[in-house]
Amino acid sequence: MTETNENPIIEITAMHKWYGDFHVLNDINLQVQQGERIVICGPSGSGKSTLIRCINRLEEHQRGSIVVDGIELTNDIKNIEQVRAEVGMVFQHFNLFPHLTILDNLTLGPIWVRKTPKKEAEDIAMMFLEKVQIADQAMKYPGQLSGGQQQRVAIARSLCMKPNVMLFDEPTSALDPEMVKEVLDVMIQLAEDGITMLVVTHEMGFAKSVAHRVMFMDAGKVVEENNPHDFFDNPQHERTQLFLSQIL
Amino acid sequence: MSEPVTTTSATEEIKPPVSNVGVLGWIKENLFDGWFNTTLTLLTLFVLYKVLPPFVQWAFIDAIWSLTEGARPGGDGAVWAVIPENVRFILFGFFPEGQTWRPIAAILILFALVFYSKDLTNWNRFFGPIWTVGILVMGVLMYGGIFGLPVVETSKWSGFPLTLTLSLFGMVGAYPLGVLLALGRRSRMPAIKSLCVVYIELIRGVPLISLLFMSSVMFPLFLPEGMTIDKILRAQIAIILFTAAYIAEVVRGGLQAIPKGQYEAAESLGLPYGLTMRLIILPQALKIVIPPTVGILISAFKDTSLVVIIALYDLLKTTQVTLSNPKWMGFSTEAYIFLAILYFICCYVMSSFSRKLEKALHTGR
Repeated sequence: MTETNENPIIEITAMHKWYGDFHVLNDINLQVQQGERIVICGPSGSGKSTLIRCINRLEEHQRGSIVVDGIELTNDIKNIEQVRAEVGMVFQHFNLFPHLTILDNLTLGPIWVRKTPKKEAEDIAMMFLEKVQIADQAMKYPGQLSGGQQQRVAIARSLCMKPNVMLFDEPTSALDPEMVKEVLDVMIQLAEDGITMLVVTHEMGFAKSVAHRVMFMDAGKVVEENNPHDFFDNPQHERTQLFLSQIL
Repeated sequence: MSEPVTTTSATEEIKPPVSNVGVLGWIKENLFDGWFNTTLTLLTLFVLYKVLPPFVQWAFIDAIWSLTEGARPGGDGAVWAVIPENVRFILFGFFPEGQTWRPIAAILILFALVFYSKDLTNWNRFFGPIWTVGILVMGVLMYGGIFGLPVVETSKWSGFPLTLTLSLFGMVGAYPLGVLLALGRRSRMPAIKSLCVVYIELIRGVPLISLLFMSSVMFPLFLPEGMTIDKILRAQIAIILFTAAYIAEVVRGGLQAIPKGQYEAAESLGLPYGLTMRLIILPQALKIVIPPTVGILISAFKDTSLVVIIALYDLLKTTQVTLSNPKWMGFSTEAYIFLAILYFICCYVMSSFSRKLEKALHTGR
């Protein structure tokens, strides 16, 4: 990782969130530099998905601050929309728009949010579809594609917005085993392009080969944070060791 | 004894068993499948045997199709002559004699517009303007006042044009209002939400007849002295308000069927609320609720006949007036069969259109 950029693209300070009385996120502090790739792992219910959903305000935090690209997330809807346009999100269940063709799924954001002319938006969309190797399906509807193809389309849809950060919320968890690889391959390709990525995943192989940093969360707290080499070979905390022994 | 089981070779195509194909196979499978279905089939055939021949005898063989001058028709058969003798009044009521071509032309324009709308490729940017022009031309034809057409007051509009007007504008007005009410009911703003809830529950809590009464009897009392609002317009508004409440609830059902992920995906692209609704949520929700929506529109079409109670002469009322003429008294069966066929054709067009729309919008999920 290069330390040329002094200003972190994401800065989370002393952030807390509750669901009713349940403390989902407890004192989260996180700085992400431009170009950094972070993998967040942990048992289910540990708050890892909630954490990245707070970054584009799909979930609201209650204490502390989140600053994305110099914009603080408050209740101001204009700020939120601006941040969302800068931050791409890939969901576990793809969430493509089933009533639109693949191409229309991709051009919708650029045309309506970025006010890109239709022709130009379509050119950009086709370029990204080429990149995720699905250009021949551009005129089909999401329902006609396999899960792996849909997830690759979802990634391309986010990329069309030219985001500064990409968030991945368990992008391969809903896929059949033989489709996991095609999605991970696309994500590795993105990593090579130097895009800032925050990835919630259980794919430890991906974490080892791609991440700059691995975070382990449990019960709403960041338990351990380290570079992948030390994280996997020499975990410090008992809880981390137990988790790794179960999934590796 | 290790003879291998003979399997069909890959090149040989396996045909379905003979009993399942062809007419005989179909009859066996669908009509005589077990003792229960066999009994039902035989029972149905018996009922048909008892009912059909007498009906055919009455409706066709003994029927009287036209009248000899002056004679009051009699006999055992249907007197279809009641229709051609009175068709002008049944269809167009009090519209001035000699001007009948105007409502006919207006109805033909409406049919042309419906036919044009049936092809979904026509739903482009000319769609709205073409309908607007069509409706304006129909309005001019009906009301007159320019191009040398004598004015025909709306109080003279009756019969089929009245039924169609009330239905068409009822649907066109109620649908967007219903969608807005559905969105309002799901709004996070308490004032808007409670307003919509109160409206929907209030309207759904009263019969259409009482709304029509209110619009025609009570509403004018609140207007300032000398000010009147057209009677048809008042009935029209009552129908729109009534139908919208029902559409709102159906659309709300559709909105609830859209997974949360669709909102999240739209929001994470940075789309504001209005665009999320317009581009992502409503197109999917409204598609899901096409069948129940068309159901409501069909029943709204038929409910327009309730305007007889505020003395508007719709299709049903003009038929009743015809039948109260001593000469035609006693031929209500024939007249109502004619009316039923007319209503059926209109409703069938609507439901076949809905099926077509569903098919065209299906995108493989």
